[in-house]
Amino acid sequence: MVTKTIVAFELNGDPVEVAAPAHWTLLEGLRYEQRLTGTKQGCDKGDCGACTVLVDGEPKLSCLTLLVAARGRRVTTIEGLGAAGVLDPVQDAFDECGALQCGFCQSGMMLSARALLDEKPDATLEDTKLALSGNLCRCTGYTKIFEAVERAQSLQREANAATKKTG
Amino acid sequence: MSTHVIGTRLRKVEGAAKATGRAIYADDIQLPRMLHAKILRSPHAHARILHIDSKDAEALPGVFGVVVGTEMPTRYGIIPWTQDEQALAADKARYVGDGIAAVAAVDEDTANLALQKIHVKYEVLEALLDPEEALTRNDLLIHDWHPKAAQKGNITKQVDLSFGDIDGALSGSEVVVEGDYFFEGTTHTPIEPHCAVAQIDERGVLTVWSATQVPHYLHRELARVLEIPSGKIRVIQPTVGGGFGGKSEPFDLEFVVAKLAQKTGRPVKLLYTREEVFYAHRGRHPMKMHFATAANAQGEITGVRSKILIDGGAYASFGLVTAYYAGQLLTGPYRFPTYAFDATRVYTNKPCCGPKRGHGSVQPRFGFEVQLDEVAEKLGIDPIEIRRRNFIGDFVETVNGQQIGSNGFLQCLDAVEKASGWKSRFGQLPRGRGLGVAGSMYISGTAYPIYPNDMPQSAVLVRLDRSGMVAVHCGASDIGQGIASMLQYVAAEELGVALDHIRVFTSDTDLTPVDLGAYSSRGTFMVGNAAVEACRKLRTQILEAVAESWSVGPKEVGLADGRAFYLRDTERSLPLAEAFHLTEAKFGSLAATGAYRTEKLGGDYRGGTIGASPAYSFTAHVAEVSVDEETGFVSVERLWVAHDCGKALAPVLVEGQIEGSAYMGAAEAQMESHLFHASGLHRGPNLLDYKTPTSMDVPDIQALIVEAPDPKGPYGAKEAGEGPLHPAIPAISNAIFDAVGVRLRKTPFSPADVLAGLIAQRG
Repeated sequence: MVTKTIVAFELNGDPVEVAAPAHWTLLEGLRYEQRLTGTKQGCDKGDCGACTVLVDGEPKLSCLTLLVAARGRRVTTIEGLGAAGVLDPVQDAFDECGALQCGFCQSGMMLSARALLDEKPDATLEDTKLALSGNLCRCTGYTKIFEAVERAQSLQREANAATKKTG
Repeated sequence: MSTHVIGTRLRKVEGAAKATGRAIYADDIQLPRMLHAKILRSPHAHARILHIDSKDAEALPGVFGVVVGTEMPTRYGIIPWTQDEQALAADKARYVGDGIAAVAAVDEDTANLALQKIHVKYEVLEALLDPEEALTRNDLLIHDWHPKAAQKGNITKQVDLSFGDIDGALSGSEVVVEGDYFFEGTTHTPIEPHCAVAQIDERGVLTVWSATQVPHYLHRELARVLEIPSGKIRVIQPTVGGGFGGKSEPFDLEFVVAKLAQKTGRPVKLLYTREEVFYAHRGRHPMKMHFATAANAQGEITGVRSKILIDGGAYASFGLVTAYYAGQLLTGPYRFPTYAFDATRVYTNKPCCGPKRGHGSVQPRFGFEVQLDEVAEKLGIDPIEIRRRNFIGDFVETVNGQQIGSNGFLQCLDAVEKASGWKSRFGQLPRGRGLGVAGSMYISGTAYPIYPNDMPQSAVLVRLDRSGMVAVHCGASDIGQGIASMLQYVAAEELGVALDHIRVFTSDTDLTPVDLGAYSSRGTFMVGNAAVEACRKLRTQILEAVAESWSVGPKEVGLADGRAFYLRDTERSLPLAEAFHLTEAKFGSLAATGAYRTEKLGGDYRGGTIGASPAYSFTAHVAEVSVDEETGFVSVERLWVAHDCGKALAPVLVEGQIEGSAYMGAAEAQMESHLFHASGLHRGPNLLDYKTPTSMDVPDIQALIVEAPDPKGPYGAKEAGEGPLHPAIPAISNAIFDAVGVRLRKTPFSPADVLAGLIAQRG
C-alpha cells in the first residue's frame, strides 16, 4: 500500500484536504479524489492544455503540477467558475457563440480565457491568441473561441456598467 | 416554407453542461469496485506470437484478471467483407502497438506494472512498411491466415473502373496535363483519448460505455466477438470529446473491458494513453497519385484518369470503401465526359488507416484541383473561370451514375470570388503573397448501409408528456457536431414547444431506436428526415384534437412558443400541456416514430452504390498565403469558405462545421504528417511531435453559408461537416503558386519543399 500524503488547499473557494500518494498530480487529485471531472486529461504530458486550472489565478497544467505543490494555494477549476445557476461571462459567451463543440478542451480553454480577462479586460485579438496558445482545440478552428472571448469582454463591460449604475 | 426555430442562431442543447464542466465523458464514469485495464502492445512491427506467459502478472497483488488474444479469436471489422482484426492479436502482431494481452487491476499503476510481467515470445518477421514493396512481396503476407491470401497478396482492395472513352479523350484533346501527387498520412487526434467502461449487472446484462461514434456497430461486433446475444448487451455513448472519424469502428479496448468485466465480475475501465491514440489511428491514408486531365481549348474537361496507391496499414478498417471513394467522389462539381480510376489499397506493417473527415476523397481532391489549376495556367484561363466553365449543373447524373440534386457551387464560387477581392488581387499581389482557389463536393450520407439490410438507416421516437415536456429518443451519435441539438430544434419547430421543454436522449441502445452513427456526413440529412416525420405525426394529432375542442378546422390551428393558437384570432390560445391533454384524451398515449429509409441509388455496376448519396454538398475555397522566400515558410493568412449545405438548420453549428473543417484541412496542408521510423516505430506519438495548429497558427477563416435547398433534405438541408475540408489543401497549394510560382504536389507544404522549388526556379 502506498503511503498517502494529506494536502490542504483552497478549491473553488472551499478549504479541502486531499489524501493521495505523493507522486499524484493535481489532475489526479481533482479527478479521482475530489471527483471534479470537469478538468480533462487529454495527453497527460503537458502538450494539449485540456487539464488547465487556475492556481492563485494563474493558468497551470494540472497534469504537470504535483498535488503537493497545491498545498496552501488557491485552485479554481471549471466547476468554480460562475455561481450557482449563473454562468461566468466566459462560460456564457462560449455557449452563446458556439465555441463549444465536443467540449473536451473547453474547460481548460475557458480557464485560460478567464485568467486573460482578469489580467487584461480589454485584451486584443493578439493577446487572446497568445493566451490560448497552450490549449489545443480540434473542433472549432479557434474561430468561434476568439469570437467568444470578445463577447465575454462585452458581457463583462455591460455587467460592470450595470453595477456602477446601481452602485 | 417559413420557420421560426430552424435557421435561427441558438445555443446547443448540451451547451450549459459543457460550459460548466458537468457533461459526463467516458473517463468521468466512476463505478464502485471498478478496475482499471491496460493493454500490452507489440514492440515489433511484424512478429509471430509463439507463446504468452502471464503467470507472474496474475500473481501480482492487485491484479484481478488477464486476457489474451486466443480467448477472443473471432475476427471482426467494420466492413463485413473484410473482417481481419482480432480484439487482441492471437497469431501475429502486425504493427508496433498492436494489442497482445490485457490486465485488469485495482489501479492503472498496478496494471502497468503487471504488463511488464507478461512474457511474450515472438518470432520477429520482416516488416513491410513501403506500400510499393508490399504490393510485390507475395512471399511475405501480412494476412497469411486469409483463405485467399495467396491470390490477394497484400492487397485489401483494388478498384478499376472506367466510364466512357478515356483513351480517346487523352489522345484527342488540345491540352493534357499529367503529374504525380502525394498526400501524406495524417491522424485525427481528438482531444479526448478513447475510453471504455464495462459492467455486468445482476441479470447478466453487459453494459459498455464507450467514446465511440458508432454505438450500433459496436453493439453488433461485441455480440459477435464475445459470443453473447446482442439482446443482453447495452451500449451507451456518453458525451464524446471529438471523433473526426477516429472513433467510427470498434477498437480493442471495448472488447477488452467487456471480457475482463466477464472474467472478474467487476466493472472495468480502460483509458487510452495519448500514445495509444496514435496507434489506434484509422486516420487519413497516405496516397500516391498519378493524374492526367485532358481539356479542350476553352478549358472544358474532356477526361480525367487517375491511378492511386493507398497505404492502408495493418488492417482493412473501412479500406474497401476508401478504395472506391478515392475515385467515386471526384465526379463533381465539374462535368467529366470520360473518367477512369484505378485505386489499390495495400496492407503495410503500420497502424491502420481509416476514415478521417472527408474519407478517401480529400487526397484525390488535392491532386485533381492542383492539376486543374495547371490546366488553367496552360490555357491562360482564370482559375475561378475554368471551374465555372466545367460546372456540372444541378439535378444531373455524373459520369459514374451518381444523382446530383441541388447544386449551389456557382454561388459558392461567386461568394469566395467577391469576399476575397479575387478579381483585383489574383495574380496581382506582390511576390510572396498569393491567392488560390479550389472546389469540391461531398456526400450527405451514403445510400448503402455498412451491412446489407432493408431496415431504415435512422429512426427517431418522440414522446409527449402531460407536463408539456417532449422527449426525443434517437440512436444518433453526438460527437460535438450537434446532432442532439438538431433533434431539439426540429422538435421545437414542428411542435411549437419551448426549447427548455425538450429532452433529447441519444445513443443508448436500451433507450433509443437505431441510427447507424456519426460518419459519412449522414446525420442532419437522415436523422433530420426521421425526426421531421415523427414530429409531424404528433403535430397532426395535436392540431386535430385542439381543432375539435374549438370546433374549427385543423388547418386553422398553429403551434408556437409553447402554445396552440387559433390562427384566425391569435388571442385564442392554450398552453401546449393542455393541448397534449386534449390529444391524449382523443388518441391515447402520445408517441410516434419516424424513420429514414434509403432509396435505391447509384450506378448499375459493381461498386456503383458506393459513393452514391441522396444529396451532395458543394464547397469553394479561396486561400491567401504569404511565403517567406528565405525560410520557405508558408503562412496561411486567410481562408474564405463558401459551402452549400442546402439549408442551414442551425447557422451557428453550420459555421462551426465549416470553420472546423477548413482549419483541419489547412492543418494538413501546413504541418500534419503521421510518420514512422524504418523499424515501424511511430516517430512521435504525442501532441508535441505530431503538430496541430495552435491559436497562433490558425488562419483567419471566413465561413460563408450558401443555401441551395435540396428537395430530399429536411427543410432542404444537406451536409456541412466534411465537405468544407476538401478544397483547403489544394487552394493553399494553388495560392503558393500564385505567390512564388512553385507548385506543391506533396503534403504537407514544408519549408524544405518550398525552398527546393524556389531553388529549382532560380536555376
